[in-house]
Amino acid sequence: MSIIGIGQLPVREHWERSLQVMGAEAVVRALEDAHLERPEALYVGNMLSGQISGQENLGALIADHAGLRGIEALKIEAACASGAAALRIGYGAVAGGLHDVVVACGVEKMTDALVEETTTALVSAADAIYEGEHGLSFVALNALLMQRYMYEYGYPREAFAGFSVNAHRNAVHNPNAMFRRAISAETFARAKMVAAPVSLLDSSAIADGAAAVVLAPTEFAHQHGLCAVRISGSAVATDAVALHDREEPLVLTAARRSAERAYAQSGCGPDDIDLFELHDAFTIMAALSLEACGFAERGQGVRLAMEDAIVPGGRIPISTMGGLKARGHPVGATGLYQVVEATLQLRGEAGECQLPGCRVAMTQSIGGSGANVVTHILERMDA
Amino acid sequence: MRNASYWRTSAQRMSLTGEVCPHCAAKLFPPRDICPKCGGPAKEPYHFSGRGTVYSFSTMYSAPASWSEYAPYVVALVKLEEGPLVTAQLTDVGPDEVAIGMPVEMVTRRMRAEGDDGLIQYGYKFRPVLQATAAEA
Repeated sequence: MSIIGIGQLPVREHWERSLQVMGAEAVVRALEDAHLERPEALYVGNMLSGQISGQENLGALIADHAGLRGIEALKIEAACASGAAALRIGYGAVAGGLHDVVVACGVEKMTDALVEETTTALVSAADAIYEGEHGLSFVALNALLMQRYMYEYGYPREAFAGFSVNAHRNAVHNPNAMFRRAISAETFARAKMVAAPVSLLDSSAIADGAAAVVLAPTEFAHQHGLCAVRISGSAVATDAVALHDREEPLVLTAARRSAERAYAQSGCGPDDIDLFELHDAFTIMAALSLEACGFAERGQGVRLAMEDAIVPGGRIPISTMGGLKARGHPVGATGLYQVVEATLQLRGEAGECQLPGCRVAMTQSIGGSGANVVTHILERMDA
Repeated sequence: MRNASYWRTSAQRMSLTGEVCPHCAAKLFPPRDICPKCGGPAKEPYHFSGRGTVYSFSTMYSAPASWSEYAPYVVALVKLEEGPLVTAQLTDVGPDEVAIGMPVEMVTRRMRAEGDDGLIQYGYKFRPVLQATAAEA
């Protein structure tokens, strides 16, 4: 089946737009791109609407605001992977023959609460009692991983700079990115600590955003003369929510399982992937994701950043339009920004971010510190 | 933490009570009733010694809302001597004095208070093993 329409809002602080306005706008843009008016179902990915905006029931709410009152609609949640999870549910609905045309939308409104309150809300992606009630923030969990990784493999903090430098440089030409200025390795080295060793430049920022895609069977796209990007792999895997319950904290087992299932379904392997929109919420997550998905051996993921293998033109380009770090990470929406960007790349519509000749893209969204991982593989359709 | 949840987790927070799996002998903290290693039922209480080593740590400079008055503080993953990892704050130690591998022991400490009139929450933290204790070992 295929993606036949995409829509996104710029990632930034959308003070003048509410959650439902943003979600509806992304849905409408995607439908316009697909030259369609009314899908049969809408799946809304979102993590924090209840805690931040006091609003649940987003399926019905956003369907209504998008002019689609009456259709099937649900809110889908998988922490920071909620957007990708909504795509997964939409994929299942079409693949299972329930519907022909569905929309998957991700929306997040993080700025309607104070920063400290939003930081607290994000801890709900972790173990609320055995991690949250000990004063940990989500940043601290990633800091524990980064500290251990540096200890086990002998890297300094500065080894991670390439992830942020690459992301920021790629975002310069993405009009929808939140941060569009390049940074240097020196700036990275001097960045202020949030939870040591994670600095401001290792972490993605609080932001608002919404993105959506329209899904339909590939034959439908052909019949209607629509540009189609095929989904050849779709998989979800889980792991223990708490870091301390993982078999091996430094191995993202759910990312590995999810990627392996997607690879098997698509018939692709790491060598076939032309670009990887991975979950770079933190630089350590980027390194661990590359290892889990077969692009580097254990403990070697950070070398891909040190050796520039992750830049456009490198062996495995990541964050090609800014990634979570520079395009931004409105948590429940992110999974669909990754898919929208991968689709732009495969369509050849990525402008100055364009990777020449890309045919196969992988997107991966991680909920929590590795508890719920959603992977998709997308392929260009030749005319 | 709401009162009911606080009450429910009393044995865990005050005495590090977990479970031991009768089938595969895995020690589990916190208790979860189904052994994640062998899948069998595991409801037998087990009292951890509280001794362990620092597996990883981080000094938090920026904290969630209800903890911000205590920042900066050090959080850690502690590897208990019986096997499991546990997440906790470190106490009685400066951020620059912490190292991975350092022996630590559990203590019961005040975690935070819910305002001037609210519940005072207690729980486990870990401190460096005192020299006298280390000598006795």
